[in-house]
Order: sequence, then C-alpha cells, then structure tokens
Amino acid sequence: MIELETPISEKQIRELKLGDSVLLSGTIVTARDQAHKLMVEEKPDFLRPLLKESVIYHCGPVVKQESDGSWRFVSAGPTTSIREEPYQADVVCEYNVRGVIGKGGMGDHTAEGLQRCGAVYFHAVGGAGTLIANAVVNVLDVHYLEEFGTPEAFWVIRVQDFPLVVTMDAAGNSLHKRIREASTAAARTLMGLG
Amino acid sequence: MVLEQVFLELIRRAAVDLSPDVETALRSAHDHEAAGSPAAAVMKTILENVRQARENSTPICQDTGSLVFYIDHPLGGTEPPLRRAIEAAAEEATKRQYLRPNAVDPLSGRNSGNNLGVNAPHIHFHQWEKPETRIRLMLKGGGSENVGAQYKLPHAAVKAGRDLDGVRRVVIDAVLNAQGLGCAPGFIGIGIGGSRDTAYTLSKEQFFRRVGERSPRPELAELEIQLKEELNRLGIGPMGFGGATTVLDVFADAQHRHPATFFVSITYTCWAFRRKSMTIINGEVTYD
Repeated sequence: MIELETPISEKQIRELKLGDSVLLSGTIVTARDQAHKLMVEEKPDFLRPLLKESVIYHCGPVVKQESDGSWRFVSAGPTTSIREEPYQADVVCEYNVRGVIGKGGMGDHTAEGLQRCGAVYFHAVGGAGTLIANAVVNVLDVHYLEEFGTPEAFWVIRVQDFPLVVTMDAAGNSLHKRIREASTAAARTLMGLG
Repeated sequence: MVLEQVFLELIRRAAVDLSPDVETALRSAHDHEAAGSPAAAVMKTILENVRQARENSTPICQDTGSLVFYIDHPLGGTEPPLRRAIEAAAEEATKRQYLRPNAVDPLSGRNSGNNLGVNAPHIHFHQWEKPETRIRLMLKGGGSENVGAQYKLPHAAVKAGRDLDGVRRVVIDAVLNAQGLGCAPGFIGIGIGGSRDTAYTLSKEQFFRRVGERSPRPELAELEIQLKEELNRLGIGPMGFGGATTVLDVFADAQHRHPATFFVSITYTCWAFRRKSMTIINGEVTYD
C-alpha cells in the first residue's frame, strides 16, 4: 500500500505503476461535466492554486448542510469518467494536475496527456459511497454551487486515506485496455470464434 | 400501521443495507481473489463500505437508483392508496437523504428533486388469491442499467442461433462489452422470448431470486451454472481490474415468443444489489 499526500511531485507520480494500491490524503477538488467544460473554455484562475500538484475527483456527491451552515459529504462514490475524455488532457496540463480519480477509465487522448504532463488516473471503488464520504474529513469550500448545483459544483475537500488503484500510469499504460484485450480473447475462445 | 411509514422503512432498508445472501456472495468473492491483488483490495473496500453504510444508516452508493416496486395484493385490494403511500414515502426518503433525487424530465432536463415523476417510482401491480400483500422493492442503479443489452436471434457476429447455445453466446458478448462499467462484480438477469418489453421485464424480475437459487427448469438451471463459470473465466474482475469474479450469479427465465421473434434481454445489476421485500397481513408488517 502506497501512501500519498497532496501536493504530489511529478517524480512521485512517475514512480506509480499499474495496479498499485494507494491511500490518498490531503486537499483535492471534485469536478464533473459542467466543471470540465468551464475549465477548458474559460480557464478560471481561482482554480490554479487549488489544482496545482493536486487531484481532481469525478464525483457528484450527496451533501448535507448542517444547521451552522457547514457542509458534510453523506455519500460520495466516483462517477463514470469517460464523459470528460474531450477535456481531461487539456485540464491536466493547463492546471498542473497530478491525478484524476474516477471510475471506468479513460481513453487514448487522456492517456497521452497524463504521460506528457506527468499525471495518473486513479480508480476509486464504484458504489463505495459511504466509505468514501467517511474518508472526506472536511469540506473546505465550494465554488459554482449556485450555477452548477450540488452534484456538479467544485467541492474543495480534505480526504484522509482515500483508497485507490492506479489504472492508467504516467508512461501511457492503461489497465483498462489490457483487460479489454485479454477478456476479448477469452470470450472468443469460449465461443469457438478463434 | 401507517402505510407511508412502512414504505419509508422499506426504502431505508433497501438503500442502506444489502440482503444477507448478497453480502455472503461478496465475502466469498473477496476470499477467492489473490491476496494483495487490486481485485482483493476492491472487494475489501466494498465489504467495509457495506458495513459502514449499515452502521451509519447512509446510502451504500450515492446512486440510490430508480425505485421499482412489485406488489402482489389480495382480491378486492385497491391500488391508489398504495401508490399514494409510495409517493409520500419516496418524497420523505429523499428529504432524509436515504435517496438521491434521481427523477429527471427528459424534455426539460429538470430534476423533480423528490424522486417523483412520470412512471417514477415505477410500480408493477399484480392481484393474487392470497390474504397477504407482498411488496418487493428494487433500487436499480443507472450505471449498471446502461450496460444492459437486448439481442434478437440469430445474431451473426457471435454465431448465435435460435437455441440455448445462442442465448449463451449473446450473454457472453453482453458481459464482455460491459467490462467493469456496470460496477462489477455484477448479477445477470436473462429474459428469453416474449416481446421486446416483456423480455426486459422478465430479465429484471429475476433479481428477486436468492443468490444460488437455480431455475426450476433443468435446462435453464444448467445454463445458469455454465454461464456463471464461463463469465468468470473472462477475467474482467471487480471494477474491471482483472480477477476471478466478474459475476456473482446468473438468473434466467423463459416465456413463449412469437414465431417470428427470438429476443434475449440481459439486465446487469452492480454489486450493490439492493432489493428488499415486506409482507402485510391484518395490519402487521414483516420485513424480509
């Protein structure tokens, strides 16, 4: 088990390999569909210090506002990442992001961006909503809540021991691609398709 | 007994806890993955998440799914009071964060905010000659619903003809295409025959069977056993990271078809296989 804490250096990221189990701690930022479109089209500056050497989390959380106005994550598993494929490489390079957390993996364009700018794709456990919410120890801030709504806002959160697996590394390798190829070969054998 | 309260409790139980047979299957899958592998790490996280959700009474997954009810009621029972109680319970469950608002109008794009809308919750009513009312609820996740598939046989791409071997081939093809995207390891429901709509309905209703409960029809029971073994040889594994468990069980059923059609519907449900039931008789409620 590898323990990482944001900010993460490029050297630390380039040492990670496919299949490595990681416990991530520190400040990270949630962003999904409207957020990625905004980051590419408007490149807002307020995000630069938040994202530099940090990690983006593809997540639409269930969030509760306490009576004192503070926020608490109730259930916060990953959402499907491939929807951000058109934007992800540009976002990673523009903001010096060191990692992207989501589920399902991403495509060749993102793989190339991760390699070029020194970042990896971390896979969280889909469906582990309560466990991940419990790893969110603090909600520090929220941006674009009015405009994007709860699931799509930028939530700035502090996490402790968020369990992840590296499925796309900074050398252009993808576990998703490997498993797809191997399982396709196995299926063809089962069906006698040669 | 306040009907709305009874339904609220059923929804809470379904959102925050798994049935014992499902949890046992997950535990067994964990034990079958190689120690120290990414697959074993995923299964460990899943089991820990299930425990925490039950203890905190918070949703297992933030996608609390679409609500699908199956109600069997005695002769002379009426539907409208049950429907009203379900709607009130769904609204309250959303306020209490047992459910995420998951009903979106496809025309306006607006989320109703309370899980109510056209056909939401979706309720199947059925009358039977028993004195009790049986209510079964499934919370069906959206990510896994997206990887379901319907084939019409013959299907040349995988040499699937109009027989059980053809059914077997298209199920392998569907699970291969799903990879880890349905939040593997999943459960597979298969509906053979019928029309396009009834084939999907039949496939989904299979999810109320207990894990390991085989079809009473010997040829289907055999197909279920064979497919479970073969699908796990695909090596897709938990979350698609590779591993020994791609599916936790396979349930098939068949119904008569039109001579011209041969549909096979495959519904996938994620490891967070949330279904609960309750029985009401003489105002007394029993939860399963």
